[in-house]
Amino acid sequence: MPGLMRLLYATKSVWAILAALVVGAVFILIAGSDPIAAYGALFTGAFFEYHGIATTLVKMSPLLLAGLAVLLPLRAGLFNIGAEGQIYLGALFAAMAALYLPVMPGWIHIIICSFAGMVGGGLWALIPAYLKARHNINEVIVTLLMNYIGINLVSYATSGPMMEEGAPYPYSAEIPESLWLPHILPRTDAHLGVVIGLVIAMVMYYVFQRTSLGYSMNAVGSNPQAARYAGMSVRRHIIWSLVLGGALAGLAGTYEVLGLKYRLFHAFSAGYGYDGIVVAFLGGGHPLYAAAAALFLAGLRSGANIMQRAVGVPTTVVDTIQGLVVIFVAASLAFRFERSRWAEIWRRRKSLDRALEGEVAPPPPTPSGAQPAGAKPAAENAER
Amino acid sequence: MATAHPHLAVEELSRSFGPLKANDRVSLHVARGSVHAVLGENGAGKTTLMNVLYGLYRPDEGRILIDGKPVEIGSPRAALALGIGMVHQHFMLVGSLSVAENVVLGLEGAGFALDLETHRRKLAELSRSFGFDVDPSELVWRLPMGVQQRVEILKLLYRNADILILDEPTSVLTPVEVGPFLDLLRRLRDAGKTILLITHKLEEVMSIAERVTVMRAGRVVAELATAGTSPRELARLMVGRDVVFDIEHERAPIGAPRLSVEGLRVKSDRGIEAVAGVDLEVRAGEILGLAGVDGNGQAELAEAIAGLRRPEAGQVRIDGAEVTHLSVADRLHEHGLGYVPEDRQRTGLVLDNSVAANTILRSYRVEPFARHGLFLDFPRIRAHAERLVRAYDVRLRDVDQPVRYLSGGNQQKVILAREIESDAKVLVVAQPCKGLDVGAIEFVQRTLLAQRAKGVAILYISTELEHILMACDRIAVIARGRITGILTPQEATAERLGLLMAGSRTEAH
Repeated sequence: MPGLMRLLYATKSVWAILAALVVGAVFILIAGSDPIAAYGALFTGAFFEYHGIATTLVKMSPLLLAGLAVLLPLRAGLFNIGAEGQIYLGALFAAMAALYLPVMPGWIHIIICSFAGMVGGGLWALIPAYLKARHNINEVIVTLLMNYIGINLVSYATSGPMMEEGAPYPYSAEIPESLWLPHILPRTDAHLGVVIGLVIAMVMYYVFQRTSLGYSMNAVGSNPQAARYAGMSVRRHIIWSLVLGGALAGLAGTYEVLGLKYRLFHAFSAGYGYDGIVVAFLGGGHPLYAAAAALFLAGLRSGANIMQRAVGVPTTVVDTIQGLVVIFVAASLAFRFERSRWAEIWRRRKSLDRALEGEVAPPPPTPSGAQPAGAKPAAENAER
Repeated sequence: MATAHPHLAVEELSRSFGPLKANDRVSLHVARGSVHAVLGENGAGKTTLMNVLYGLYRPDEGRILIDGKPVEIGSPRAALALGIGMVHQHFMLVGSLSVAENVVLGLEGAGFALDLETHRRKLAELSRSFGFDVDPSELVWRLPMGVQQRVEILKLLYRNADILILDEPTSVLTPVEVGPFLDLLRRLRDAGKTILLITHKLEEVMSIAERVTVMRAGRVVAELATAGTSPRELARLMVGRDVVFDIEHERAPIGAPRLSVEGLRVKSDRGIEAVAGVDLEVRAGEILGLAGVDGNGQAELAEAIAGLRRPEAGQVRIDGAEVTHLSVADRLHEHGLGYVPEDRQRTGLVLDNSVAANTILRSYRVEPFARHGLFLDFPRIRAHAERLVRAYDVRLRDVDQPVRYLSGGNQQKVILAREIESDAKVLVVAQPCKGLDVGAIEFVQRTLLAQRAKGVAILYISTELEHILMACDRIAVIARGRITGILTPQEATAERLGLLMAGSRTEAH
């Protein structure tokens, strides 16, 4: 294939995004505005203006962390649709740690709150992880449905036990100012969360590319049967990748509380967990590309308000454009030049289910090895 | 037989896959109402030719003629419309449906309303008329392989196919089932059907086919009448030189038992007891062959020894140490148990990973490849891979190439190199030559013999008797999960092995 075609192919996601913007322009026309002026306002506002950039970074923090929360389990062949619920649980745990723990130095307390948030999100993901690893119950359905439980748990907490006295709306008391995340741009809301997200993305990139852990996760995701042969526990990889994914989503929720809202609000996340799926998808399963995707989507979001004010296009048009971007990028993957990364990820999921059926649990040590172990419960399970 | 035109003719047909000419100006003439064999080794181009005839591949050049008229075969459906039907080596049946339902599935012109009762009656009649002995209301999964094969043939007959292409039909049968199957083919031929039999088994060709086309490396090397040839001549044509079925090799004295298996019982994925109490012993410097028809517990036995499947009972020992409860990794790294799995693409390799990454698949977190068990040392891994690739003559562009793009033989070399070079003292090798060409098979055999000379104990599992006879010091036969006998190569005549493979224990010595 000639070099030009190769280049066009390699950058097909970019072309897809441009195509989505062109179609989006039609909608802006229908809404009665000049698309060029509208896009101009949107992108200038999102990326080329001090306060706009700050708003973009504020929105990028939960988008990136939620995207990584989807991406990490994806590496091992699992779909985490539950980042939204994990965000809520993370925020709940972090808010409790912030409000109810004794007074201590601010930065230690921030670390403890972050840890609590990760535990909250991680525990919420442990449930589907356990069900998947032990009983091969579809993690897509479990994580999805657990979102509703998580959201409503926070609604309950904020309108009941944690609700601030006399509040007009379900929210908790304000967290102490010593726990507020430092701002990275003076006089704006942009907080440290996005930096932490970027650091985690880079660490993930390194782990994926350079360590035996990344090697085994990838093997489990791409050929679980070979992974078992290589001596990897498919089961352990499933549990840890989902739990760590949940912990990252929990961190996203934590920093919404510590960095932006300073309270636990009822229904505080604007679907960041679901947008995380889009981020992981646009990033093609690659942590650094996911960061770029999170930046782009955050820019669309923050630019939307500026566009509405400048040219009167309603912000909902941006939701339409985001949808178009997803559709066009997905369609662009149908143009195959070599094995598509996404076909690959679908295949991984299917073969993972098969391998789970055959997994032999690590056998418990026998007293002296004299009497061979008969059928143990774990084995019955695995031999189904 | 002497009609003006052959029933099916192929003229100068070529088909390439990239640089590989899978079929190079192939011609074939099959008379109506005859059994015509296409003989050749794995990779000779037989299957490609059949897939072209069945409309799965388009030929690059050449013509196909039926009764002298050129035809275009664009799809399996078009092939069926022309009366060409094919039974694949792996059956295309839905296990949970009945025989009649399987036959009707996808039947053209059946209309929207399905009158299964009528079909069942017609099918029973058809089955009787050829002496098939198949009950149309039986569920397919309950049927033995031999009967499932008849269902596949019935499917074609029900669609009025009169050219039947059978791809390695006896490979799924036990030796005792082969005779009746050949009789059935004779009845079909006598009823006027034309049968194209793809095989690499010489005896079958001699006993049933009138004519035979021999293929080698994508070309037709001969088309002759079986009456005027001999198995020896066919073998020579097939391989391209005189085949000597014994290689002289140096050897080390046979030493103490290295791998021993006692009373091993293992369940299959379906929960059926696949290995029903097996005792085996492989000594240092010895190759023990394990022969048997596919699906008699070999796969489960190999997995249990390797540590991938937990036995229900019994023990596995290496150099006297019990390893039954160790993980697959511990068996390799602590006791030197190398395992070449049967399915090299689904188990032995991660196809999308590079060759280099695959050479450390089972050592991905041990020194020196992973410092502190975590940080992969890529320069070292690559150097290691390059050393293996040179030593085992793996043909590739570079070690960063995904292993997916290597040929089957080269993929197998990567696996063998990895297992042997992890200082294996015991090797369990499952179907190592499946689907490989002659050159690669010789390489695998020679590699194993060299390991034997170094004192490695090798358990060589194969369904190919010739391969086992070529390399093994003793031959154990497995049938229905039990060892039915252990023979020396001198004792191992085809008849004796056949009886043992069919499950008769009386011959055991």
